[in-house]
Amino acid sequence: MPVKEKQEQLVKEFEQLPDWEERYQYLIKLGRELAPLPEEYRKDKYKIEGCQSQLWINAKFENGKIIFNADSDAMIVKGLIAILIKVYSGESAEEILKSPPDFLKQIGIDKHLSPTRKNGLGAMIKQIQMYALAFKAMSEKQK
Amino acid sequence: MLNIENHIAVKKKFNVEEVRKDFPILKRLVNGKPLVYLDNAATTQKPQTVIDSLNHYYNYDNANIHRGLYFLSEIATESYENARLKIKEFINAISSSEVVFVRGATEAINLVSNSFYMGKYFNDGDEIIISAMEHHSNIVPWQLIQNRMDLKIKVIPMNDAGELDIEAYEKLISPKTKLVSVVYISNSLGTVNPVKKIIEIAHKNNVPVLLDGAQAVPHLKIDVQDLDCDFLVFSGHKVFGPTGIGVLYGKTEFLEMMPPYQGGGDMIRTVSFEKTTFDDLPHKFEAGTPNIAGGIGFAAAIDYLNQFDRDELTGYEKILLDYATEKLLQIDGLKIIGTAKDKASVISFVIEGIHPYDIGTIIDTDGIAIRTGHHCTQPVMARFNVPATARASFSFYNTKEEIDKLVAGLNKVKKMFA
Repeated sequence: MPVKEKQEQLVKEFEQLPDWEERYQYLIKLGRELAPLPEEYRKDKYKIEGCQSQLWINAKFENGKIIFNADSDAMIVKGLIAILIKVYSGESAEEILKSPPDFLKQIGIDKHLSPTRKNGLGAMIKQIQMYALAFKAMSEKQK
Repeated sequence: MLNIENHIAVKKKFNVEEVRKDFPILKRLVNGKPLVYLDNAATTQKPQTVIDSLNHYYNYDNANIHRGLYFLSEIATESYENARLKIKEFINAISSSEVVFVRGATEAINLVSNSFYMGKYFNDGDEIIISAMEHHSNIVPWQLIQNRMDLKIKVIPMNDAGELDIEAYEKLISPKTKLVSVVYISNSLGTVNPVKKIIEIAHKNNVPVLLDGAQAVPHLKIDVQDLDCDFLVFSGHKVFGPTGIGVLYGKTEFLEMMPPYQGGGDMIRTVSFEKTTFDDLPHKFEAGTPNIAGGIGFAAAIDYLNQFDRDELTGYEKILLDYATEKLLQIDGLKIIGTAKDKASVISFVIEGIHPYDIGTIIDTDGIAIRTGHHCTQPVMARFNVPATARASFSFYNTKEEIDKLVAGLNKVKKMFA
């Protein structure tokens, strides 16, 4: 499914939830379901330090697609990570770069994206885009 | 000039319901629910009189100070200098020239550290003593000096309750110790440190003491002459005043010997390209146009506080602290970080299995504002082996009902994450 469509589907899912409590319930559920991050990536090298919570992220390039793995010590942040992974993991670098995460605003969770690294989520999005840029440059070189 | 408010013996009787009416923000709804503001250690809300004073200044009195000889400039200068006088009386300094206006406690510490460095107060190999519960603002400014010279920072340890080890402190003092810089009340633990004792010990060894009073000034009556501290720093916005205004109090003997930290207008006597002479205290430390409205607003906040018997306010906050401590401890899996015998109304806590970020996010949906994170005291978090805590901090406008709402919110959090 193209990234844009996945984004729209998530927006629809969230719009059906009547209030914030239910939205957070849903985020907690997504966080719980997130595939565990392999222990080798739970290292400072992969860590994005926030003043409120910590976040680890790693990316692999497989058959032209980028696979993201991430984790956080806070469950709601984990839920937010799960959303980003749902949308971006397994996509090509081009697809990721042309679909910025504007949908988060529509869902109303952009308040978690403070630029001051409260939870590292804003930095995670930047990191996803940086990985995409790096893999794009790498594959163009190989061509 | 006689400051009348301070000399009136009869104080207004404290009544929390009446007091709440003075703070307009407490009426607002958040997420459709009445705001429960429990982040007073971060910043306090402002009474209407403070807000009005800012409005009045910009509506009627705005002009630059210490310069113009026209009517408005005279008025603005008088209001600003009158604010300094109020603060002098508020902390019982000997002279208002010992009250230097700064942006806040952080800038005040940076002023002292930089001025000490520039004035060659420290020699290579000298030491300063801070405590294990300092805010980053009383750690980093000294580390910045450390980058420029060989200055050792020694740290007073604390016990598991979050109380400083005074015996260990005494042993840390050496002939090389040039300053003790400690926090009066810890922002993350709530501990009220025995600062009089700390100062007494330092002075016995001829070492001056800087007190970080950012959390103490909102909760306790402060008398710098009785404390005998050499410096006291605090921020206006934590004492019901505006942001961007704060105070460095320093004993005249120190301020006189310290060189200015920033240069510019309003701090000089004569300037030529060869040599500049500086203005008298406190103006030599106040380069550029200051936060005039902020100073005036700060004075309005002090007027507001002066209506009450401060001990009565402190007593009420203690009731809130005890009530909250008791109620929070009834929550299964909740642990309070910071259990000193002498505490201000600040409670840091963790709940087993639930990250503070998650706690703060969920109770925010009920309009409850608490702080979560490391509270700019990462060494404290490391000492207690937690990545972060949730923190509720109370002011005299908070109520037991609000604490009940916090407890209900936390129980909801527990259910959601069960």
